[in-house]
Amino acid sequence: MSYRRLQAGIAATLFLSTALLSTSALAAKDTLVMGVALEPPHLDPTAGAAAAIDEVVYANVFEGLTRINENGEILPALAESWEVSEDGKTYTFKLRSGVKFHDGTDFDAGDVKFSLDRARAEDSTNAQKGLFSAIESVEVSDPHTVVVNLSNPAGSFLFNMGWGDAVIVAPESADTNKENPVGTGPFKFSSWAKGSAIEVVRNDAYWGSAVALSKATFRIIPDAAAATNALLAGDVDAFANFPAPEALPQLEADPRFAVVQGSTEGETILSTNNSKAPFSDIRVRQAIAHTLDRQAIIDGAMFGQGTPIGTHFAPHHPAYKAELIDTYPHDIEKAKALLAEAGFPEGFKATLQLPPPTYARRGGEIIASQLREIGIDLEIIPVEWKQWLEGPFKGDYDLTIVSHTEPMDIGIYANPDYYFKYDSKELQDVIAKLNVTADTEERYKLMGEAQTIISKDAVNGYLFQLAKSGVWNAKVEGLWKNSPVQANDLTGVHWTD
Amino acid sequence: MKNQRSDTGERLPQAASEPVGLLPRLLTSRSFLIGAAITLVILAMALISFLWTPYDVTKLVVANRLKPPSPQHLFGTDHFGRDIFSMIMVGARNSIAVALVAVGIGMAIGVPLGAWAAAKRGIADDILMRSNDLIFAFPSILSAVMITAIFGPGAVNAIIAIGIFNIPVFARLTRGAALSLWTREFVLAARVSGKGAARISLEHILPNIANLLIVQGTIQFSLGILAEAGLSYVGLGAQPPMPSWGRMLFEAQTMMAIAPHMAIFRAWQSSSPYWA
Amino acid sequence: MSYFLFRRLLSLLLTLLLATAVIFAVLEIVPGDPARLMLGINATEDAVAALREQMGLNQPLLTRYFAWVGGLLQGDLGRSFTYSSSVAELIGERIWVSLPLALLALALSTVIAVPVGLYAAARRGKASDTAIMTATQFGIAIPNFWFALLLVYLFAVVLRWVPAGGFPGWQAGVWPALKSLALPAIALALPQAAILSRIARSALIEVLGEDFIRTARAKGLTRNQTLWHHALRNALIPVVTIMGLQFAFLLAGTIIIENVFYLPGLGRLVFQAITQHDLPVVQGTVLLLVASVVLTNFLVDLVYAWIDPRLRKAAR
Repeated sequence: MSYRRLQAGIAATLFLSTALLSTSALAAKDTLVMGVALEPPHLDPTAGAAAAIDEVVYANVFEGLTRINENGEILPALAESWEVSEDGKTYTFKLRSGVKFHDGTDFDAGDVKFSLDRARAEDSTNAQKGLFSAIESVEVSDPHTVVVNLSNPAGSFLFNMGWGDAVIVAPESADTNKENPVGTGPFKFSSWAKGSAIEVVRNDAYWGSAVALSKATFRIIPDAAAATNALLAGDVDAFANFPAPEALPQLEADPRFAVVQGSTEGETILSTNNSKAPFSDIRVRQAIAHTLDRQAIIDGAMFGQGTPIGTHFAPHHPAYKAELIDTYPHDIEKAKALLAEAGFPEGFKATLQLPPPTYARRGGEIIASQLREIGIDLEIIPVEWKQWLEGPFKGDYDLTIVSHTEPMDIGIYANPDYYFKYDSKELQDVIAKLNVTADTEERYKLMGEAQTIISKDAVNGYLFQLAKSGVWNAKVEGLWKNSPVQANDLTGVHWTD
Repeated sequence: MKNQRSDTGERLPQAASEPVGLLPRLLTSRSFLIGAAITLVILAMALISFLWTPYDVTKLVVANRLKPPSPQHLFGTDHFGRDIFSMIMVGARNSIAVALVAVGIGMAIGVPLGAWAAAKRGIADDILMRSNDLIFAFPSILSAVMITAIFGPGAVNAIIAIGIFNIPVFARLTRGAALSLWTREFVLAARVSGKGAARISLEHILPNIANLLIVQGTIQFSLGILAEAGLSYVGLGAQPPMPSWGRMLFEAQTMMAIAPHMAIFRAWQSSSPYWA
Repeated sequence: MSYFLFRRLLSLLLTLLLATAVIFAVLEIVPGDPARLMLGINATEDAVAALREQMGLNQPLLTRYFAWVGGLLQGDLGRSFTYSSSVAELIGERIWVSLPLALLALALSTVIAVPVGLYAAARRGKASDTAIMTATQFGIAIPNFWFALLLVYLFAVVLRWVPAGGFPGWQAGVWPALKSLALPAIALALPQAAILSRIARSALIEVLGEDFIRTARAKGLTRNQTLWHHALRNALIPVVTIMGLQFAFLLAGTIIIENVFYLPGLGRLVFQAITQHDLPVVQGTVLLLVASVVLTNFLVDLVYAWIDPRLRKAAR
């Protein structure tokens, strides 16, 4: 290599690096790049529990008989209208006509029957089979009318039919939806670069009003720091659920962004294995409840974002009992006394398994520090979701932290096999009564009773209701403020200029 | 030549170009002295942390979070209200312990193996060198990630993961240096006088390569600290509440705008020990 | 030469074979039933048993090992547990991120390091030499992920010249793709450049001290002529060798850097697969990385032997 060639090389590099760093062109105004934290394992919402699937396809690619809007209200979707019989056991859905699946096949009553029967079949891989458990039979009375018979009246049936797990699929494409989802929605699946991004494009043959976006990209950004940088650098237009609460003040101060605080159905709790000693002793659980300082956890882990809760119920629900927050007020002395009474004057050792989200990893460190004050020495074990589902969720754990994002899920406490391993006849009776009660007033009263029982029993450590911090480009409109179900509904999204 | 080349392939060049007699020369080099001084300060901090830290690093006082540097908190506090200076002290202890034990493992196993291979030659030597090739074939970061992911994250597994990759480094170095010493007159004299291979290795070979081993040891030590920082940055090193430099840096990332002191002090401390 | 080549080739194959055994054995220890992991928590016992049978997990260890190696020889790396696609396909997609990234980083580190190192050598002992050596000290000392964070902050967040991370894919055009690789490549290249420049410097200083340089000077060649025509060529030999070794190091170094920049490359693939216990992907990717290290070492040895004939005989 001669000196001159060397010089030329240096010059070329300098040129290359300056050229590389030149500014990019402005994004066209009918496309949107949405950041999502988790990559879905596949794209069939009827065959997997992962919320990441719904976050891409719900309302965008797939539609159900009904749909849930951002306020948790039930709207007609593929069912234009419905009638409920007097006894609340027969639902007659009038279906929309002229609807086509993305592969060009027609949508009719046969597809509805196929989808519902498939979801409730014995060998179904649907993650929420419980949604369909009330269904006794599904009948096609004409190509645009479906009759669903229930075994008992279920107050939440129409809401259930709006879940991502209850979307309507076609028999022709059901088996290939994991890789190539074919639905009836306003967006068609376009491409999936594994590990990087999923792209959907406008469905020009959509039955409803056309969407404003011609293309939407879901970019997978698992890391909080990377998410912040991606927004600031303009790589991503919106995060429905921004993962770094500490960066919110900075984003709020930046006129480029809109920061929108909304509510979620996520009760964030210190899940406790009620069947395992010493947590099977109510005094130990009470001692933990007395030790937890919710505000410190919310401030330290979520930078103040979140509403403290004293039971497993969403604070924005009318039946929520706010006074339960004081069932076990923060009181270290009382906690120590309870622990001593339970036979652990010096405390004990246990493990705390933490799944990946910020609330768990950071909250866990604070909780471990708080419990150390009464002598409970927690070993922190970070786990991936997969390990979490294999371990704690199967009942193999002491303590873990998780946000239960399913709406109205207090019924899980009535299942003694659920991973809390909580077995209370009293609560099971209340929930059983709730399931067959249709009167709203009476339902609220029962919900209140259930909340009180689990709060008094200190089944889990009740921490806070997860906040939903949406951050998006200030010129984007139509994204959800709240998240009653996990979804990024893009049907109403548009740019203001 | 071949052996030296593989050793330098690990990272640092010094040992390749200036192997023996490096130590005396280093003592007169200004950059070495500055580096040594920084290292000593950090070492002292780590040692003091066993007895005393300004604040308890396992106690979180959330009300005190993200305080800028002040006389009470020399480097400020982090997002949990912990004193960053105290965390750096304890983190130094952790990084140094991991790197030190990892070098110890490498030396304790690698040096005898290398000396033995040089003394025996033949099949034993061949087997050793082939296994060295095998370990070298696994990029060290990759294997460390694999080991810690399989056996669970934590300081002990990090030590093992980093330690394993120090074995072939010392084995090769010892073997290469010992091979040439075996042909020297004083070793031949020892052989003639009837000393066994083990005794010769111990009495004549090792003292003569001690310098070389110490220099390589310090290089591996600083690489160990880097490796530990990398592992704990991706969450596979020491677990909370034990502070570790890599994780502190990771946690500070999203707070650069509101609490730059966190990132700056943490970055400063993560890089300083390698200046040596 | 052919004997040397034969021996090296044999040792290459042996190392690769041993590597497959080590990879297979290590991943055998991983706790958890792959079939259950694949099917998820709602799977019935029957379904898990059926999948175990289908995957051949009930067969003895050795049978499975040979089946895996047999598959490898036919280019079949198995199927991923987490993604419903074949491992070969996944690797095929991702290598187009990691390989260009490693090559770009290698090119950058060379382009920076060689001139800097040679300049420092030529000005040995002067202030500029000291300054360069101090800078390289920093370069070696600072972890590359910290460089990465600073680069992102400066060039993506503040200046907004390049994206903060992610990869648009080569189908989006060479230019956007290169832009996304620029920062990761620089972050990977800087520490390597620091090392390489120190090697280039010491190699040149060593060569300048040798007899033929003095002879050349004595023959009346100017200082620059000696430097560029005689010394440089000889000094580049160790530099080229180290570059070869760095390539393997860079490929592995992508594990952390790709995580910082969330690039969909091999490093992130293997990291994700390890944390999610996606064994076929881990096995396939680790083997690929190991094979690339072994192959690079082999090529470097060949080049070395070709440059320095003495080694052919000495090589054991």
